[in-house]
Amino acid sequence: MFQYILSRLLYTFPIAIGVSLIVFALVHLAPGDPLSAVMGEVDQTMIAEMRASFGYDKPLPLQYMTWLGSVASGELGYSLRSGQAVLEILLSAAANTIALGVLASLLGFSVGIAAGMFAGYRNGTWLDKVVSASAIAGVSMPHYWLAIVLVIVFSVEWGLLPAVGAGSASSMFSWESFQHMILPTIALSAIPCAIVARTTRACVMEILSMEFVEALRARGLSESRITLHVTRNALPTVLAVMGLQFANLLGGSILVETVFAWPGTGSVLNQAIFDRDIPVLQGTILLLAMFFVVTNLVIDILQTWADPRVSRH
Amino acid sequence: MTAAAPHILSVQRLQKYFPVRSGLLGRASAWVQAVDDVSFEIAAGETLGVVGESGCGKSTTGRLLMRLIEPDAGQIRFEGKLVGRDLKVSDLRRSMQMVFQDSYASLNPRLAVADSIAFGPQTHGMPRERAIGRARELLGMVGLEPSQFERRYPHELSGGQRQRVNFARALALDPKLIILDEAVSALDKSVEAQVLNLLVELKKNLGLTYLFISHDLNVVQYVSDRVLVMYLGKVAEVGPVDAIYGAPQHPYTRALLDSRPSMDPEIRVEHPPLTGDPPNPINPPSGCRFRTRCPHAEAVCQTQEPDLRPAHGAPGHLVACHMRRAGSGHSQAAPLVRFGDREPSR
Amino acid sequence: MSNSEQSTVRVSLDTPGAVGSAPGMDVPVGYAQARSYWRGVFHRVLRDRVTIGCTLVLGLLVFLAIAAPVLPLIDPDVANSGDRLLPIGSPGHLLGTDELGRDMLSRLIHGARLSLLMGVGPVAVALLVGGVLGLTAGYLGGRTNMIIMRITDVFYAFPSILLAVAIAGALGAGITNALVAITIVFIPPITRVVESVTTQLRSMDFIDAARASGASTFSIIRTHILGNVLGPVLVYATVLVSVAIVIAAGLSFIGLGASPPEAEWGLMLNTLRQSIFLAPWISLLPGLMIFITSMCFNLISDGLRSAMDVRY
Ligand SMILES: Nc1ncnc2c1ncn2[C@@H]1O[C@H](COP(=O)(O)OP(=O)(O)OP(=O)(O)O)[C@@H](O)[C@H]1O
Ligand code: SF4
Ligand SMILES: [Mg+2]
Repeated sequence: MFQYILSRLLYTFPIAIGVSLIVFALVHLAPGDPLSAVMGEVDQTMIAEMRASFGYDKPLPLQYMTWLGSVASGELGYSLRSGQAVLEILLSAAANTIALGVLASLLGFSVGIAAGMFAGYRNGTWLDKVVSASAIAGVSMPHYWLAIVLVIVFSVEWGLLPAVGAGSASSMFSWESFQHMILPTIALSAIPCAIVARTTRACVMEILSMEFVEALRARGLSESRITLHVTRNALPTVLAVMGLQFANLLGGSILVETVFAWPGTGSVLNQAIFDRDIPVLQGTILLLAMFFVVTNLVIDILQTWADPRVSRH
Repeated sequence: MTAAAPHILSVQRLQKYFPVRSGLLGRASAWVQAVDDVSFEIAAGETLGVVGESGCGKSTTGRLLMRLIEPDAGQIRFEGKLVGRDLKVSDLRRSMQMVFQDSYASLNPRLAVADSIAFGPQTHGMPRERAIGRARELLGMVGLEPSQFERRYPHELSGGQRQRVNFARALALDPKLIILDEAVSALDKSVEAQVLNLLVELKKNLGLTYLFISHDLNVVQYVSDRVLVMYLGKVAEVGPVDAIYGAPQHPYTRALLDSRPSMDPEIRVEHPPLTGDPPNPINPPSGCRFRTRCPHAEAVCQTQEPDLRPAHGAPGHLVACHMRRAGSGHSQAAPLVRFGDREPSR
Repeated sequence: MSNSEQSTVRVSLDTPGAVGSAPGMDVPVGYAQARSYWRGVFHRVLRDRVTIGCTLVLGLLVFLAIAAPVLPLIDPDVANSGDRLLPIGSPGHLLGTDELGRDMLSRLIHGARLSLLMGVGPVAVALLVGGVLGLTAGYLGGRTNMIIMRITDVFYAFPSILLAVAIAGALGAGITNALVAITIVFIPPITRVVESVTTQLRSMDFIDAARASGASTFSIIRTHILGNVLGPVLVYATVLVSVAIVIAAGLSFIGLGASPPEAEWGLMLNTLRQSIFLAPWISLLPGLMIFITSMCFNLISDGLRSAMDVRY
């Protein structure tokens, strides 16, 4: 077990390097000069000076090494647009994104697991059919569209909830902030909910059809004890899927954040793309991808830990 | 066997170590000594049985002969021609074919039976029409009515029928030698007998030579002219079937024979039966690889590896055991026979 | 993948509904109506009403998209400031008009051209590239496999939407750039699936039997691997199209794909978003199209999966 964790940790290292390479390369795919895009028609000598100060005149491998070195020491540079430290921008944005991600996970996973369990147990009934159909709808859902639907229904038509923004409350735990989070949370939870429901249903059905369940029944075990067995056996798979979905929520929330003008990493990314604000762009993508890598690492370890088939020494 | 029969296949010092990869870079951290220094010959027209416990390297030997995996070392001569130098691997594969244990996995599930059989000839340039015709002919030869079977898919056949199709495919290129790797092991006893009879008949009619791999000693006894006993990648003993079954020289062969269910209460438990699992082929025991399970193991068995030497009795009977080698230092070995001495009588 | 839960595939080489073979009897069991695998799949699909329904819907959509220029539709690009945001069911404008007074029905149908292209095109290209990479990695194994799959792993470290946005963002707005971005996003998952299936097949004895008959690598892949890889990969690619349609429209939605005045569902959704207080229901139409299309592909994939008995 320990050895597995160690090798998994070691394996993460080259992946992280690869990710940083891609992030670096992405930015240099961009046509044109990052600075002239930001600064427009200004004095050429001034641009040259700026290029030198940002290091954009150095050869690419050297730029990469320099960048990697500063990233490793937690230094993500400064926004070309506002001059604010990228790390600072990202920290507050990340807090907002994580808040939404956690809420959406809680909602999506609990509903998804419950629906999936019911559907799996009542396989073939109308309940199962409703769940399966909703799940298919959920995975096919353009979630940014769902966001608009929610805004139309709850804000425009019924005027119940605010349509955009995060509110002006200073604390994230106030009622006002919470109200602002309800719609984005629901919009974001659709896909994870559907996927978790499908996975849970499939797992439960597969386990229930296995011989050992028959054997347990034959031994006169109560249904609740059998459910316990089913849960234990479904856990690793469902856990893995949940982890992946959580990571996706953090990295893939850009579209929904755009709809709700939610001040998270997605909005920062969106803004940076249109400003061609290279340091912010690099920093955001890197942060989100690293989030994803680390989450995957944690899931893998958790999954090994939860899997009854893997022996633990 | 007559010693004068020309060898269709001769194998010298064949070796294959599989790397055990681990770590990030996938470097080999250890080696499975699957086949180690294996030499033997097969005479044209005979059936050489190969027996041994699971994992002793029987299949690997077969695949090495077919060059499905590359040997690390060793020479293979087919009809006297050195494979790789005098004989191209592609030509070898026309003259030598292989039938695998899992009749289902050895047929492409998406191809009709006739197409599977015709694939080989088509590969060698036979037009499709003729190749299918040939496939039909072969189906008939293996006892499957062509009109009824040619368009079937593997899942529409029983295990025995599938294995017959596999024989037909192996025969499609007119090979001289066929390697049968556990070809009947997965079949029910009654079916096994029918298929074995088919094999014997085909061999007789087509003048084939078989390398018959199996862990079933009774089956091997039934079909083989000579038998080769493998243990952990090495040849323990090889010789005429009657000598191996009637007067086994290697303690491992004896243990194998004793551990098979016998109908005859006379021949029972003179020697302790084989117990425990074979050791790990990654780090096989030093000296004689069988010593960890051998009731006769002595100091010499740990330090020196016994090589394959003629045993007393039948000509062509070879054994790798210190007990059978005069002057080896084993307490049960005969004293060294010096020049001029008479052969010691035991 | 953000919208699909699978990363590995188990291939089943059994055919559902196969004629049972009687164990223990080496004599012909009944006369089996021999039928090719693909014919069997086709027959099972024909019996699946949901799949047929979805295929018809998509077929109609594709037909409309292709025929759009010759259909008797109002010009999708003609703005009319007098007819802004007419409600659904208005005379002359069956589905109303958008914020510039352009006919919604016409724009939705014309929009299908770009939206379908941006969903199907990248997956098709990714299928080619990922297919070749996956076959190579799976068939050759060893070091080649390791190099290809480790690179794939790196791309897997990005959520698919993020990767698409990042690449498209870096390349800049525009349809071509969006197409490139989405294609790159889908190459790794296809490579993985093809590799996983090929690796499984590679270890099966029928491949060794084919090698033993002297066939070249190329002919083995063509005759023995492709036919077995095709099923699971087709099922998977269909799911990916459903994801691609959502992502492609999403890119246009945030301004990275199509640009005004082009008719494209994601872009339409974005521009109509400003009008949700004035004409809420009309602004939902483009999204509904994305949803329906994506769902059809998803349902078809499900149908194919059970018809082919591919197990994820
Ligand atoms: N491709 C391979 N890579 C690594 N190790 C292998 C490979 N093929 C075989 N081995 C190892 O080589 C040894 C010999 O295997 P082989 O299949 O030849 O045995 P066998 O005698 O045919 O056994 P069985 O009776 O079970 O078929 C085993 O320890 C096996 O694990
Ligand atoms: S050499 Fe020694 S250990 Fe090996 S079989 Fe003979 S007696 Fe036993
Ligand atoms: Mg074997």
